[in-house]
Parts: sequence; C-alpha cells; structure tokens
Amino acid sequence: MSVSDNQDLVVRIGGDSAKGGIVLTGETLARIAALSGLEVYTTRTIPAEIKGGHVMIQVRAAPYPVTSQGDDLDILLAYDQETYDRYYTLLKPGAVLVYNSNELQPPADSQIVHYGLPLDQIAKSVGFARGWNIVAVGALVKLLDLNLEKGKEVIIRQLGRKGEDVLKNNLLALEAGYRYVEEHFGAESPYHLPTRAQEERLALSGNQALAIGALAAGCKFYAGYPITPASDIMEFLAAELPRVGGTMVQAEDEMAALAMVLGASFTGVRAMTATSGPGLDLMNELIGHAVMTETPCVIVDVQRCGPSTGMPTKVSQGDLMTALYGSHDDAPRIVMAPVSIEDNFYLIIHAFNLAEKYQTPVIFLSDQDMSVRVQTIPPFDLSRVHIEPRLLYDPNNNSTGPYERYRLTEDGVSPMSLPGMPGGQYTAEGLEHYPDGAPGFEPDLHQRMMEKRARKIQRALEYVERWRLWEEFGDADAPVAIIGWGSTIGPVREAVARAAENGMPVAVFYPKVLNPLPVERIGRFIQNRQAVIVPEMNMSGQFADLLTVRFTRPFIRLNKYRGHPFRAGEIYDKIREVYERVIERATA
Amino acid sequence: MTEFMTEVPVSPYIGTVQLKPQDYKSDVKPIWCPGCGDFGVLSSFYKAIADLGIPPENAVIASGIGCSGRFPAFVEAYGFHGVHGRVLPLATGIKLARPDLVVVAVGGDGDAFSIGAGHLPHAARRNVDITYIVMDNEIYGLTKGQPSPTSPHALERKASPYGHAEYPINPVLMALAYGATFVARGFSARPREVTELIKQGISHKGFAFIQIYSPCVTFYDTYDHFRQVTADLPADHDPSDKAAAMRLAMEDEVLYLGVFYKENRPSFVESLQAVRTRAAAKPFDLQDLINRYRS
Repeated sequence: MSVSDNQDLVVRIGGDSAKGGIVLTGETLARIAALSGLEVYTTRTIPAEIKGGHVMIQVRAAPYPVTSQGDDLDILLAYDQETYDRYYTLLKPGAVLVYNSNELQPPADSQIVHYGLPLDQIAKSVGFARGWNIVAVGALVKLLDLNLEKGKEVIIRQLGRKGEDVLKNNLLALEAGYRYVEEHFGAESPYHLPTRAQEERLALSGNQALAIGALAAGCKFYAGYPITPASDIMEFLAAELPRVGGTMVQAEDEMAALAMVLGASFTGVRAMTATSGPGLDLMNELIGHAVMTETPCVIVDVQRCGPSTGMPTKVSQGDLMTALYGSHDDAPRIVMAPVSIEDNFYLIIHAFNLAEKYQTPVIFLSDQDMSVRVQTIPPFDLSRVHIEPRLLYDPNNNSTGPYERYRLTEDGVSPMSLPGMPGGQYTAEGLEHYPDGAPGFEPDLHQRMMEKRARKIQRALEYVERWRLWEEFGDADAPVAIIGWGSTIGPVREAVARAAENGMPVAVFYPKVLNPLPVERIGRFIQNRQAVIVPEMNMSGQFADLLTVRFTRPFIRLNKYRGHPFRAGEIYDKIREVYERVIERATA
Repeated sequence: MTEFMTEVPVSPYIGTVQLKPQDYKSDVKPIWCPGCGDFGVLSSFYKAIADLGIPPENAVIASGIGCSGRFPAFVEAYGFHGVHGRVLPLATGIKLARPDLVVVAVGGDGDAFSIGAGHLPHAARRNVDITYIVMDNEIYGLTKGQPSPTSPHALERKASPYGHAEYPINPVLMALAYGATFVARGFSARPREVTELIKQGISHKGFAFIQIYSPCVTFYDTYDHFRQVTADLPADHDPSDKAAAMRLAMEDEVLYLGVFYKENRPSFVESLQAVRTRAAAKPFDLQDLINRYRS
C-alpha cells in the first residue's frame, strides 16, 4: 500500500505494570489524537496479574479509518529495558525511539532517531513525581504534532471529577513533557498528520459500544459474574440500568446469572448476561433450559484464550463450537458474531430482537481484542434502531381455546403469556412437554417439539436476510475468496485492499449470524471460487469445520492461536501464497 | 442510612381475591407416590394462598429438580420448572423484574443443600423478597434412594451399602447463619401448622426460609421418626432473638417446629429501588450517554 510513511503512524508503548499507568498513557494519547482530528485504533496486551508483568499498548493513528493494529512500528515508547529488548527490532528504518533516560540508555543506532527523556526527573520538576506517564503523553503530543489544547481537554474530561489538585498536576505534567521536547529537540515535530475528512467521531471500546447498544435495545435487566474481559459491561450497566428503572445484579456465579436472566425474561423484561469462556461453560445447562422453556435471553461471550483458565487477557475465537453446540442433545439457539466496535452497538440490538422474536437464547460472540480496544468510529445513528417485540398472548382475544404456551405453530413461535395476564397461567417446563406445558414423554410429542424448536431457529434466516446481517466486499468476481467471522475482518479489510492494489483481487464474506448459518447465500458466494481462505483466531479452524460439514469443497485454513489478533500483513501473505500456489497451478 | 430505604410492599395483590383452595389446583395430577409428604405440603400451600387471597395470575411458583420440582405444574398459577439447584436465582430474577408478583421457590433437600447450596447464602444476604419452601425427605427420592445432605450418618442405602460415611447439615442453623430474615420449620403430617408457616413466610417482607420435613414413603419412611422427635418451639421463644433461635436449632434430641426467627430488614427489592432513586438524580438520555465518547 503506497501510504506516505508519515501519515499512518503506529505507536507502541511498553513498561512494567508494577509501575502502572502504561495503558493510561496509550488511551490518553489515543483520545488526544482522536480529538485532534485523527482516526485511531488501539491494541493492548496486559498481564493477567493484578500488579507486575509487562504491559503493551499500541496506538495507530491516521487521517483515514484504520481497521487493524498496523504492522511495524513508527514510534516506540520504552519505559524500561524489557520494552526496548522486546520490540526494538519491530521499528521501521527511520523510526523514532522515545525512552525514559532515567531507566535505560539504549545504544545509538543510525537507522533510528532517539529521544531520551528523563521522565521521572521532569515529573519531579513540576512537583508531581507520579506523573511521569503524563509527561510522556505530553512528549508524544509534541512528537506527533498533535494539539496541546486538545490534550488538556482530554485530561480535563478524564480527571475533571477527581479534584482540582489532581487535575492541575496532570495538566502541568502534560505541558512539561510537551515543552521538554520542544526545548531539547527543536520546535519542528518529526511527523505531521493531516486531519480526517469526517468531523464526527466516537472513540470507545467494544464493551462500551455493546453496553450502550443493550440500553438502546431496551435491556432492563442484567445479571453477571465478574470475569475478564467482560466485567466492564457489568460495571457500565451498573451505572446506567438503574437510571432507566432497570436492574443490575452481580450474581454469585454464572449459573445464577443466567438463571436470574431467565427469571426476569419470563416476566417479559429484556434481559442479558455477559461472560467469557469459563462462564459460558458453566452456563451450558441453563442455555439448554432456555431453549427448552423457549425463554428469550442474550448471552454475551467475550472470547479469551482457553482451554480452562487459559490466558484471560488474550484474544481467541475458540468458543464457536461451544456456542453452537454447548448443552446436551440438540438445543438449537441463535449464535451471532459482531465484526467491529460499531457492530457491538448495532448487532447487539439485533441480538435482542432475535431473542425476543424467536423466544430463544442468543449467544453473542465478541472477543477480548475488540472488547477492550479503543477506536474511532462514526457516531451511532439512533434512527437506525429497530425494536422487534415478543409475540404475546392476548387475554382479550382468545378464540383458539384454552391458552397453550407451547402451541405448535407453522413457524414454531408460540404466543407467550406473562405473569399478571389472567387466563395465561402455565408452567415454563424444562421437561419435554405438551403444548399446554404439562410434562409428557410420548415419542410423537417429543419429535414434534424437537422439530418446533428447530423450525423457529431456521425461520430466523428471514430476519437475517431482511436486515442483511453480513458483510460482503472486495471483488465479487475474484477467483480467491475469504470467508470468516468476527473481528478478523479488520486486518482482512486492509490486506484485501493491499492485494487488490497488487493485482490480486479477493472477494470477502462475513456472516454475522453463525446459527442459523445463511447456507444458501454462502453457497452462492463460494461457488466457482478457485480458493477460499478461512482465517480464524483458533487452532483447529472451528468455522472452517462448520463450512466443511455444509459444503463439499476444500477450504484453506489460516489459523492464529497466539493470543494476538491477526496483522494485515499475515493475511496479505496468505493471499499472495494462495495466488502463487493455487491459482498458478490451476492455470498451468 | 435512611436515604437507602424505600418502602415496597411484598405484593399489592395479596388479599385482592376470595378463592377456595381447590381453585388453585391445576389440571395436572401429581405424580408422587401415595403417602408422599409432598401431598401434605401441596394441600397446605393451596390453603395458604387461598387464605391470603392471591390471584392465580399474580403468583409464580419456581422449582428445581427432584420429586418436589414437579410442584409448580400442580398449582393454578404461573410456574417455572428450572434446572437442578438454580431455583433461588431463577426466583430472584422473577421477583426483581416484577416486584409486584408473589414469588415462591420450592424444592427438596438435594436441590437446596447439595447442588444448589451455593445460592442459599446469597438469597439470604440479599434478603430477596421470596419464600423458599424446602421439602426435606433426607433422601434422593427421584433417583431412587441415595443419601442426601440431610441423611443421617451411617444410613444404609444402595449408594451407601456399608453405611453413609458423611454427616448431615443443619438447614435451620445454616439459614440463620446466612442471615435469612424469616426461618421456620414444619412437618408435612401437621398441615395446619404448615399452612400457617407458609402464610407467614409469604407475608414476610424479605427472604423467608421454611424447611418442611416431608417423608419419602418409598425410599426413607420417616413418619414415625418425626412424630417422635418433633415438638413445638417453646411457647416463650422470642423469634426476634437470633442467639436463642440458633440454640434451639442446635438441639438434636428434639427437632423443634415453628418460627425460629423473624427480622425486619430492607428487602432486596427495596434496596434496589433505593439504588434507582439515587441513580435517577442524573436524568438518563441515550444520546447524552453516546456524546460522552465524542471526539
């Protein structure tokens, strides 16, 4: 891609979490860059420990939208020797190394521009020793030629409520860092980025977007158990749900969380829980129960590395099979996957709609990377919010005889009565049941009810088509295609653009509903392709397995299972390899 | 902390209808063995909700798994037959989403004290405004006679052929220790008293825990045993005296029946209402919330 070196900057910041403030440095810088008129995209890896261990946060800033973490580094801010040792080789020629000269003295390198800053000393000079990281932010603001006043505005937004002294100290530290660079390394910044064309932007994380989306969807009840990386959804809703008359309960475990959600939904309230892999495991019995009792609910799984406790702060897409098939016997449910931070807002609203419309659990597969990273996105358009109601029993219009909660209907959806509706009394039943809810074990009954529960899930494809719950882009006629799910779409987007510029067209399809899978649409998409690549952040290729069951053609798996998201370069290399090996062999 | 108090009644529907106990019988016939203690509890329950004048459409009976788990289907009311052990969070969700409803959780000793034991302390400390009726037969009946957490030491059954090597828990003492604000014990063979305990439990604002000895005639017939060892609580017992309640609960020569303990403490519904009142100091607007993230 022929982007000018100075327009698309990747800044990595690293240090020891025992000293603290590393992620804060990156997020503050990202917010200042966003407010200064740039598009930003952050990535971070943090240790699972509470204190101690290496932390890295990366900020990519550009005048145009960016959809991946970026590849090599333009700027490295090393707070300590370990950061320098880990990432020095990732610096591009001509890149900038900023380091805390009170901590390390790296050897000179003609390829790299050094900026040694005595961060601790500068912080002490303004009477705020703990402010060394804000000093660093100030220095980066100058190096990136960002707006110092916007920097102050961000600090005021972040710390305005923490008292005058805290605010004053931080503002002093910010300015001291900025001035130090100006005085010691010249008034001219090494970079100058033009500002973006679009003025209006939000800078937020996937979990924040998701929580706002849940509120927009009319969610009034949340129960959850703390788990990384889903906890901040709970904290967000703890602050906001009571303001809309809703309820947030921190449950004693994940089973209790989902049981509470089912109880709330039984009364007609839109209800949700959020967890990560270990919590989803514990919920499996209750997911089957929600299927059997046909109780709407939304279950967010912010995927992290497993198995077992795994790597709580690292990204994975390893929960697809659990989401699709967890719980014993056939328990059909809807499974969805947002592809971006924006999608965490819009798609969670569809998740609630699907749960309510088809009276089913909906498992919403986010991931650690998109849940925590801050990115600039277009503002949410509330006029696009559509609310789909639950099909309810009408006590005043009961011409069809006694109320039957699980009436066998053509589409499998039966009107639901809610406590308080006279004549609608029934027992939501986890045993196999007759249409009226009474337990029953006859072979014909079980078969009909199994088919009813499966039928309505297939009907959800109508909703998928109506709202076009997929992403499709690239060259529609390309011989090579990529089909994937979730947040891998970001690096895929950049890799496909780069490939197109180099004469390797690629078509891309990302379904956002993975069950029911839009099989016909996917079938048409992959038809006549010479090669189809399936990138996934898991080892076995769970989505590729799912496709292999449905379609007889081969799929080329691209699996990354290192706890880090794909880089655009990794996807690009695969496209090139496929073009070289598969396409050339086919045409030879 | 007076500002953290908001009065919310147990349910505005109590006392709004006059129905007979049989009006609460559903069309589903109980599948219990003839002579099962649960029949006595069910009859007492019909009588209790009829006496309290609760409209069938405003009552929800939630249950877990076990013989007693079938209970909701036999009652003309809304019901939720949940999975094993999760009846308390299930009932909590129902009550919090619709605080106006009368919510009763039912289950057995396996559901309450084994697989679901982890939920009891939390329902109690939250003081969630539900009534929990535990039909305790000291055995796993539905799975045909394995020892339960309340089975006596040395009990010989198919899963303990040389004598049960474990000791039983003390449910009343446990509920007291967890902070339940209403703790009572009954015996299914004494239905009038059981009716009275259920009525008091439902009328109590907060978490009401009622253990009811409910013998299993098929796998562990304890009718004679309980007739011999149970007795009414001493007439001078003061139910506001928690230490006295605990002492009486620890008595093992005599198993006392009646209301051990009763305390007035804000219910979970009330505390959450207070949270909403505090939160509402800042009016909610979705667009304002989004604008916080503008850059």
